[in-house]
Amino acid sequence: MSTRVYDLAHSRTGDKGNTSNISVICYDEKNWDFLKEHLTEAVVMKAFAHIAQGPVKRYEIRNLKAFNFVIERALGGGVTISLAQDIHGKSLCNVMLAIELPSVGNEQKQ
Amino acid sequence: MSRKQSVRIGAGAGTSDDRMTPALELAERGEIDYLVFECLAERTVARENQSRTKDANKGYSPSLHERAQMVLPTCIKKGIRIVSNMGAANPVGGAKAMRMEAKNLGLGDVPIAVVLGDDVSEIVRTMPQLTLMENGEPLESILPTFASANAYLGADLVAKALDTGAPIVLTGRVADPSLFVGPMMHEFGWSYDDYAKLAQGTAAGHLLECTASVTGGCFGWPGVKDVPDLANNGYPFADVTPDGKIVLGKTPGTGGRLDVMTCTEQLIYEMHDPKAYITPDCVLDITGISLTETGKDRVEVKGAVARPRTDTYKVVVGYTAGYIGEGEVSYGGIDAVARARWAAEIVKERLKRRGFTYEDFRVDLIGMSSLHGEPNGRPEPYEVRLRMAGRTTDKKAAHAVGFEVRAMHMHGPGGAGGACEPRVRDVLAVKSVLLPRHLVKTQLVVEGSL
Repeated sequence: MSTRVYDLAHSRTGDKGNTSNISVICYDEKNWDFLKEHLTEAVVMKAFAHIAQGPVKRYEIRNLKAFNFVIERALGGGVTISLAQDIHGKSLCNVMLAIELPSVGNEQKQ
Repeated sequence: MSRKQSVRIGAGAGTSDDRMTPALELAERGEIDYLVFECLAERTVARENQSRTKDANKGYSPSLHERAQMVLPTCIKKGIRIVSNMGAANPVGGAKAMRMEAKNLGLGDVPIAVVLGDDVSEIVRTMPQLTLMENGEPLESILPTFASANAYLGADLVAKALDTGAPIVLTGRVADPSLFVGPMMHEFGWSYDDYAKLAQGTAAGHLLECTASVTGGCFGWPGVKDVPDLANNGYPFADVTPDGKIVLGKTPGTGGRLDVMTCTEQLIYEMHDPKAYITPDCVLDITGISLTETGKDRVEVKGAVARPRTDTYKVVVGYTAGYIGEGEVSYGGIDAVARARWAAEIVKERLKRRGFTYEDFRVDLIGMSSLHGEPNGRPEPYEVRLRMAGRTTDKKAAHAVGFEVRAMHMHGPGGAGGACEPRVRDVLAVKSVLLPRHLVKTQLVVEGSL
């Protein structure tokens, strides 16, 4: 059984120019270390490879049991010139939530 | 001057298109001292600059009239002071329009303090060597279709405007959190170098600047993150004390929720390095922040710190970048996706034969791949809506996209339905530069008599 990011965390997307930032916030802080180990920049880049050119930078915000992923070149050239429907990429957090990780073990799930 | 021991600052808009009535409910029932309307997206000022070019009286946020009519009677009666960037590209024009609204509402002569100086068009035009933050190219590369340049001004100017005593402050481009920090500086006499307090104020401003996004909007998810009475969600406020204590709340008797989860999502929203959120006032570090629920729909914010502000202002430069043309048509049932893909190839072929070229072109299958692209192995839906869009400097080429998509009714694969009219919109793009602060000359004027 794999674990989805969705099972452990909630998320919101923000935008600046051609850059998307996606928060990953643990429901339970005990899963923060698991996500730190498994939800790496490489894993996220792979999940967004068909959407963004990257690179991906991960910032740790331990105090808020959260991470902030900053994904470059993710918004079709930038909000103001993008041909996308979702020019801000507001829906991109759902790609993050669908990422599958190794099993966290049921006792740790929220 | 006697100072209050606590001040309550409410958020009345987080974008020009934000919902209206929650702001009135906040004014009526929130017991607020200030109501802040943040109404400028990145390119809004550029857009309004074009409005002002056509009509010298325009150029402020068009939503100003409706917002003024809605809240002015309550705010004036209760002594709630209004701070807003609805001045956009013409803050003086906006102030005149708002004063006229007040007069028409029978509220008399309402003076308005106006912050000027964010328009740095004349300065940056003479500095083509400035570097665009987005791509490292010189500003010169976008000057041929230049539309506007506005610096994100800070809370110091908002505070000075409030110091005049005017019940309303209107600005052009001011950083979103700064609109909230200004009232705190004004009320408590915070020094512009007191970074401990500016940090707390900036964190509060950032949490408030998107209104309902901290009270359950942009948040709910059935069964996982339920939001009570979301249809009736209320706008937030912050209670601030002179020592920088911050407790958030929302309008009593409204739906939505305000708790650690909603605040955490909003705190990280639009942030890059959480140790370096740069505003005109400070460089905020949120990594030490703790959020504590002190009651129902009450959250205390502690632990924000900040480094000194940078010696530059961020400037958003607007420029025109041609047109985007688009069209849509639907396919359903057996082989819906195959027919939609075939239609897309036919449209592209016809555009090519007509000699049109595009700087960027996009094909979406709505219902399948329009939001998150198309990885391998995604199942086919029952129906899809084909959407095609192209960007070009040729308006005819832009129109042709929607024209040829609509023609799929009669000239494409079988069973196409529901094409939309061809759509063409002009593109107003933005990029950013950093401008040394000392080059920016700000000014404070008061419309009306104090």
